[in-house]
Amino acid sequence: MASESHVHEETVALREQFDTEAQQKDASTLGMWIFLITEVMFFGGIFLAYTVYRRAYPEIFAVASTTLNVYIGAANTVVLLCSSLTMVLAVRAAQLGKSKAIVLFLILTLILGGVFLGVKAYEWNEKYVEHHIPGPAFHMEGLSPDLQGHAQLFFSLYFAMTGLHALHMVIGAGLLSYLIMMARKGRYTAEYNTPVDLIGLYWHFVDIIWIFLFPLLYLIDRHLK
Amino acid sequence: MSEHVDSVKTYVLVFLGLIFLTVATTAVAFVNLGPFSVVAALGIACCKALLVALFFMHVRHSTKLTRLVLLGGLMWLAILLLLTLGDVMSRGWVGVPGR
Repeated sequence: MASESHVHEETVALREQFDTEAQQKDASTLGMWIFLITEVMFFGGIFLAYTVYRRAYPEIFAVASTTLNVYIGAANTVVLLCSSLTMVLAVRAAQLGKSKAIVLFLILTLILGGVFLGVKAYEWNEKYVEHHIPGPAFHMEGLSPDLQGHAQLFFSLYFAMTGLHALHMVIGAGLLSYLIMMARKGRYTAEYNTPVDLIGLYWHFVDIIWIFLFPLLYLIDRHLK
Repeated sequence: MSEHVDSVKTYVLVFLGLIFLTVATTAVAFVNLGPFSVVAALGIACCKALLVALFFMHVRHSTKLTRLVLLGGLMWLAILLLLTLGDVMSRGWVGVPGR
């Protein structure tokens, strides 16, 4: 074009295909949300499988799910919610361009994520000790041999759901480490903080998945015990 | 850039709300509500997810396009859940001749 309506200067922060930084930020945010929607569908399928099998074998699923420790699950939910608070405070610090606060809140988020994974590892180890890991060594006390398979189904779904959630947490921890490294170099300012914002969205999404996993796995059959 | 920066107070209040709902859902789980135990647990979970999405994920400040994409995605999730469960749950309703 011979005459442009406004001067477009390309900087490190603004790529040439965008007119303004606000437009670029909106496009990035939209892209992240589309990715998160694919994740919603991914987890949605597993939630659906859980619901269908829970409906097929309600008694066995109730017996199996009440062996989970509800207090550890609730405490871990609180840990994850705390990490979401520190994450959103890191995003806020980035919006205000406070680079020291960004690093501080990101480190806190990483630590809380680590605590969550540590507690999860403790719970999985408990399942190992109790022979509640699906496989040849599986044994659920008080159930006849023909019902052991249905109990294994619950624990297969339990490990698939919490395992995939934990995998997302590990990926999130990797992303947080990258953000901390870059934030220490002062890479994020009030003008450019898109990566902090988008990884924040991812972290909160993983939190939302746990918000649904916790009642479905730990709580809904608790009153039967 | 015209970004909305929420106050720390807003975030802390939302966080306290989330903690309250976590305690509430755990306490309610020990009460026998029959089939409504599932309803209560999932209802509270939806409230918590909504709080996280609206405030922590800034959906309340997001563009209309982002909201449309989010609602469209949730609509597909609803199709996945409703049609599959509609099939699975209604299978015993009508007898099949010869079975």
